[in-house]
Amino acid sequence: MSDIAIRVENLSKEYRIGGKQAVNRTFRETLLDSFSSPIRWMRGERKPIETFWALNDISFEIKQGEAVGIIGRNGAGKSTLLKVLSRITKPTKGRVDLYGRVASLLEVGTGFHSELSGRDNIYLNGAILGMSRREIGGKFDEIVDFSGVEKFLDTPVKHYSSGMYVRLAFAVAAHLEPEILVVDEVLAVGDAEFQKKCLGKMGDVAKQGRTVLFVSHNMNAIEQLCKSCIHINHGRLINFSSDIHSVIVDYLFGDPSEKSSTIWINSENSYISKIFKPISLALTDESGNLLPSTIPNNSDFYVAIEGELAFKDPAFTVGYAIYSEDGALLYWTYNIDTTEDLWPLLNEGKFKIRSKIPHRFLNEGVHKIEMIASLHFREWLLEPGHNNPSVLLTIHGGLSDSPLWFIRRPGLLAPVLKWENW
Amino acid sequence: MTNKNVITTYSAGEPLITIKPQQGWAALELGDLWRYRELLFLLTWRDIKVRYAQTVLGASWAVLQPLLTMAIFSVIFGQLAKLPSDGIPYPIFTFTALLPWQLFAFSLTNSSQSLVGSQNLVSKVYFPRLIIPIASVLPGLVDFAISFLVLTGMLVYYQIPLTTRILSLPLFLLLAVMSALAVGLWLSALNVKYRDIRYVVPFMTLFWQYATPVAYSASLIPEKWRLLYGLNPMTGVVEGFRWALLGSGKVDGLVWISIVIIAFLFISGLTYFKRTEATFADVI
Ligand SMILES: Nc1ncnc2c1ncn2[C@@H]1O[C@H](COP(=O)(O)OP(=O)(O)OP(=O)(O)O)[C@@H](O)[C@H]1O
Ligand SMILES: [Mg+2]
Repeated sequence: MSDIAIRVENLSKEYRIGGKQAVNRTFRETLLDSFSSPIRWMRGERKPIETFWALNDISFEIKQGEAVGIIGRNGAGKSTLLKVLSRITKPTKGRVDLYGRVASLLEVGTGFHSELSGRDNIYLNGAILGMSRREIGGKFDEIVDFSGVEKFLDTPVKHYSSGMYVRLAFAVAAHLEPEILVVDEVLAVGDAEFQKKCLGKMGDVAKQGRTVLFVSHNMNAIEQLCKSCIHINHGRLINFSSDIHSVIVDYLFGDPSEKSSTIWINSENSYISKIFKPISLALTDESGNLLPSTIPNNSDFYVAIEGELAFKDPAFTVGYAIYSEDGALLYWTYNIDTTEDLWPLLNEGKFKIRSKIPHRFLNEGVHKIEMIASLHFREWLLEPGHNNPSVLLTIHGGLSDSPLWFIRRPGLLAPVLKWENW
Repeated sequence: MTNKNVITTYSAGEPLITIKPQQGWAALELGDLWRYRELLFLLTWRDIKVRYAQTVLGASWAVLQPLLTMAIFSVIFGQLAKLPSDGIPYPIFTFTALLPWQLFAFSLTNSSQSLVGSQNLVSKVYFPRLIIPIASVLPGLVDFAISFLVLTGMLVYYQIPLTTRILSLPLFLLLAVMSALAVGLWLSALNVKYRDIRYVVPFMTLFWQYATPVAYSASLIPEKWRLLYGLNPMTGVVEGFRWALLGSGKVDGLVWISIVIIAFLFISGLTYFKRTEATFADVI
């Protein structure tokens, strides 16, 4: 029992739909309401308020000294969970027990005042985050050191560059020493070097035996930093396991309703020409399992084509064209691209062929893969861009193993290529 | 410097903090308020520092504002309208009332905007929310202290003798602050939900000023209405100031009624504030 840091039981949080706008009414409107339908108003029957559950019956326990990642789509309820844990907002139902002081970092630089100097802001921000003046005084030099803005300590922060501002703000937060640290997506700001520094600092915090709850969309950071991972979707806890990788994979690929997009089946017997009838186009993994609609960029996958030939013709070629989400053609590829001895056999009757797309070759984003076919140098059977059989695949995350590269790069492709001394 | 990294483990059973839905009346949580006292002072200090750093004339505003108002009142009400001032020279008669009044009006305006003005804090960090309106009332005391020096000068100039009554002044000062805070608690919490409060406040203070014996003497009010007049808590405060410093005015039932009203406003404001506090972060 004693090693528990956070216990959450059946936690639910209800919000009004429309959020703030729906609530920030003006006095006038409220008065008008009470005049226009006074009887209903007096009986307490106001306009019905639409609500939804931003958190829905969530329960979990976190041990002391554990670093736990929280992942989920936009609007899943991650920030709401952190807000409840850090007492910013009250839950609607359920209960949370916290065995230690909590400091939360939902944003860097909360309470910074642009007219005040860096020095003043360190004290102010520290106090806002729950540090005492003595604590801040004791760590002042470390904080300044970490931020690297010594020279501008007495300049109002309104004259800081946004990078300096964020560095100073994070420096204060990084020197919090609570038993439980709750961090929302704050690493999204700042440059790569700064992000690395922050991750390092967070790693230290976790190593010191503090309990850390860390929300991020950066799967690499989660994998690096955390010992276990919580997946939230639509306010519900989907997964909580120390097998971080499987939680992440499940999060990225888990939605079965979208699975169909990676396979096309010729159920209407269309696209039939005198020689060729396409049967299916599918994206699969090594062992032939259909891919989910979204995958990370760190595994190979296959484009698999099934078809039927009415007769054998050496001029028959089949392959695919691949497009980025804005419609740009990346390339074409055919079964006859290599030396002749490596061509797959295509005889009369049904055939099944596939071609590997290597990992870390495409870029992040949605890709369309379209079947193309022709009788070489004679005629198109399935001409590119003519509403051919096609499938869609989203690539998200897993871009590289580099500590400095984890977001989408400009360009159609994002190959990981090796560099060496020469 | 050694970093000890002491991590307290809270052993078996008792959690340090338990979070539950708010049901009915919220506790006052004065202990929590006390733990965050440093934040209260830092926020107050921030407001003072920023205000004096941003204005060209800095601290002299604190002097100019009541002085100019006094000059205008002296001309219009003292010279032209010839309002009686209980035998006291009109300028100091009105200046004595302007001090608590401007403290009240300034603090009230400040605190009614305080929560909405600190949106970011409220939605991103935890601390007792009461700190915000309290911290917004305190900077007014600095202005008050500065203009009080001017008043001291005027007392000397007009050769008004001090009596032991001045010892009661802190009480009336406290009443002025409490009434500003009381109304501020109400308005700041209401403002989170109804944003048009901020248009109401300037009118409210304007009307309120004329309902308070700042430019005129409370003795103008017929005796039979006097107790009723005390329902405006600032009447009691202003009467108290004049009584303590100038020896005019009366401290009688009117002042007591004002005190009761202030207590009522304060307790109800605090209650309303604590009741709605839980939703501030969601609604603001
Ligand atoms: N104060 C509020 N009033 C009403 N609805 C709100 C409020 N705050 C959040 N919501 C809603 O609650 C849901 C969960 O929001 P939350 O901020 O927790 O999502 P999130 O998982 O942090 O998403 P993101 O990854 O985009 O940060 C969203 O649908 C959001 O619109
Ligand atoms: Mg969020």
